[in-house]
Amino acid sequence: MELGKQSRRSTYQNVVGIIVLVVAVVAVGWLEIVQPFGLRFRDLTGGMVTFDTLIRIGIFTIVVVGLNLLMGYAGQISLGQAAFYGLGAYFSAIMTTLAIRHDVLPVMSRSWWWPWLAILGGMALTGGFAYLIGRPILRLRGNYLAMATLGVGIVLYTLFREGDNITGGSDGISGIPRLAIGEGLKLWPIERYYFLVWGVAILVIIIALNIVNSRVGRALRAIHGSEVAANVSGVNTTRSKLQILVVSAMIASLAGSLYAHFQALVAPSPFGFVASVTLVCMAAVGGLASIWGALFGVAFVFVVKEVLRARMHDLLHGAGGEHELIAYGLILILIMIFMPQGVVQGLTEIYQGWKKGRQQTTRARDKTESSPRYQLIDESN
Amino acid sequence: MRQILGSTRGRTAVLIVAIVALIVLVLLLGYRKNFGPEHYAQLAIDGIRGGSIYALIALGFVVIHSVTGIINFAQGEFVMLGAMLCVTVYHAELAALSPLSPPLKMLLAVLLAVAGTTLIGALLERFAIYPARNRRAPVVALIIITIGATIAIRAIALIIWGTRPYFVPAFTTLEMEDLTLRLGTLIIKAQSFWIWGVVAVVLVALALFFERTIMGKALRACAINRRAAQLMGINPSRMSLLAFALAAALGAVGGMVLAPATRPTYDMGLMLGLKGFVAAIMGGLLSYPGAVVGGLVLGVVENVGAGVTSAGYKDIIVFVILVLILLFRPRGFIGGGEQAVEEA
Repeated sequence: MELGKQSRRSTYQNVVGIIVLVVAVVAVGWLEIVQPFGLRFRDLTGGMVTFDTLIRIGIFTIVVVGLNLLMGYAGQISLGQAAFYGLGAYFSAIMTTLAIRHDVLPVMSRSWWWPWLAILGGMALTGGFAYLIGRPILRLRGNYLAMATLGVGIVLYTLFREGDNITGGSDGISGIPRLAIGEGLKLWPIERYYFLVWGVAILVIIIALNIVNSRVGRALRAIHGSEVAANVSGVNTTRSKLQILVVSAMIASLAGSLYAHFQALVAPSPFGFVASVTLVCMAAVGGLASIWGALFGVAFVFVVKEVLRARMHDLLHGAGGEHELIAYGLILILIMIFMPQGVVQGLTEIYQGWKKGRQQTTRARDKTESSPRYQLIDESN
Repeated sequence: MRQILGSTRGRTAVLIVAIVALIVLVLLLGYRKNFGPEHYAQLAIDGIRGGSIYALIALGFVVIHSVTGIINFAQGEFVMLGAMLCVTVYHAELAALSPLSPPLKMLLAVLLAVAGTTLIGALLERFAIYPARNRRAPVVALIIITIGATIAIRAIALIIWGTRPYFVPAFTTLEMEDLTLRLGTLIIKAQSFWIWGVVAVVLVALALFFERTIMGKALRACAINRRAAQLMGINPSRMSLLAFALAAALGAVGGMVLAPATRPTYDMGLMLGLKGFVAAIMGGLLSYPGAVVGGLVLGVVENVGAGVTSAGYKDIIVFVILVLILLFRPRGFIGGGEQAVEEA
């Protein structure tokens, strides 16, 4: 009974969340198109956050939602998520440029739906690839997936960089066409693309929320409670984790394709190890095991970076890019010290503390902290 | 296929076949380049030199991981700090240092570099890891703290040292030109002997520390079972501090002996750290001897592999090995350490 009530409440919250997000996305898009009183989105933020950044936040939100499913619900870290993202980007780029240049399937490759087909193909390829890695690795308990994806990520990155003939080496592939629906409706200029990216992001969030509340999601939460107990109750732990890995890789690939058609250029640098680590940081900053946390984590990291870039020299005379990085590193450390469950939960606790007085918060925090939901290292040794 | 990969013995067999195939491939590629045995010997000797450094870094990973469960991404930065501090102290033009002869100055630089890096490692533990653990942060949060520290340390290093590579005199001659020893066709630089010597001394010291001192035994006890160790009166928080300091010192020693052989830059830490991590995994991530053997094997394989193909593939070889190991022998090549990997 209690559980049913709780789940109804969380469904209600999620629906409200989706509506708020849709309204916000439409409002910002409207602002950018109509520009009332000559105001544009970037003016509202004091010129610090541009419209471009909003699209990037959307693309990264898609990736991090997938990563969050994997980290928060399947309890596995992927240190190669940027490579999955890159796989999608490169697949789209290759299919939409090389195929045309070499006249492969001349009728098909010039039609408007060819890039969309490439996106789906990239997702299938990336998902299959994740399956091949995950199947043997996920049978083991512990952090082995993190290590395997670390290796796979760096190998893929090196292939992107060294595969001169196909991937264009360190210059990458340029001249990627824009997406279009039908012959007439091109999803460009940038405002139209903004709606596409955020439309997909919202769709991915909805799908993720449904996965969390589905059979697989319940199985994964059971695994988190106790893998042994879940196993005994008939949950196939390996298969559940594998499913989530494949889904998260496909989501990353989708975001990569969107990135490729946004930039019209793919080069290896955004798909390296550092990018994978940044994605993990975004997921953790937002809070693991929280789909909404993914959105907040990405937005938080982007906004902090942009604000530091724009305002750092005011705070510190003669400060350059290095100082931003120091601040970024320190902020990351401070968040993990003071809000180890992510900013969403951290801020919620602060809000509750403000509402209910101090004593009760401490009790609430002890309650949440004592549950070993995010334990990655098995401490039962 | 499924049956073969399902059993441990089957997987070991597949692995042996894979290794033999790789050796044949290497020989074929080498044959195309007209490599004789002396070429392989030269590549292997250079590989052992790099591998010794990986071994030290891997030991740092193992110390921290076994005691705290954290994978310390800042391990590579400790190596960079060791090398860079060594350069800075050696070239520092302080009045107090000027009367010292170059060898004494080098010794001082080496000692200060190791001490400084150890201090930084200890500070990282006390001011970032300790407060987070006190608030019962999950292990992921602690790992991300080490990532944040990596970003911050690299940026600070960039401000202090810039992007240019530095030159560190060889320990033997204290000049840029190092002595070279020729054994037939083999060429070995004197710095290589320093590296091997220092690594050997460190390993012996470490073994004595773990076997003979109370502190070392407490550290091992904490790695085997934290809760039981605590019940025996060992303070896990102090052991965590000790582990970070020890790992930082190991990294710094690696960095400072490596410095004359390479040209240290502010961003050298990332790749060295990752390769040290691979070496640690090869050893099973919890075994000290495993980490050392893993480092040496990795160094040799990487160098020989890059020798027969091209230098551009040097990095990829390491990570292909990593993936192969995880697929076929996740316990590591060399002994399982104290860890038990359960297969579902």
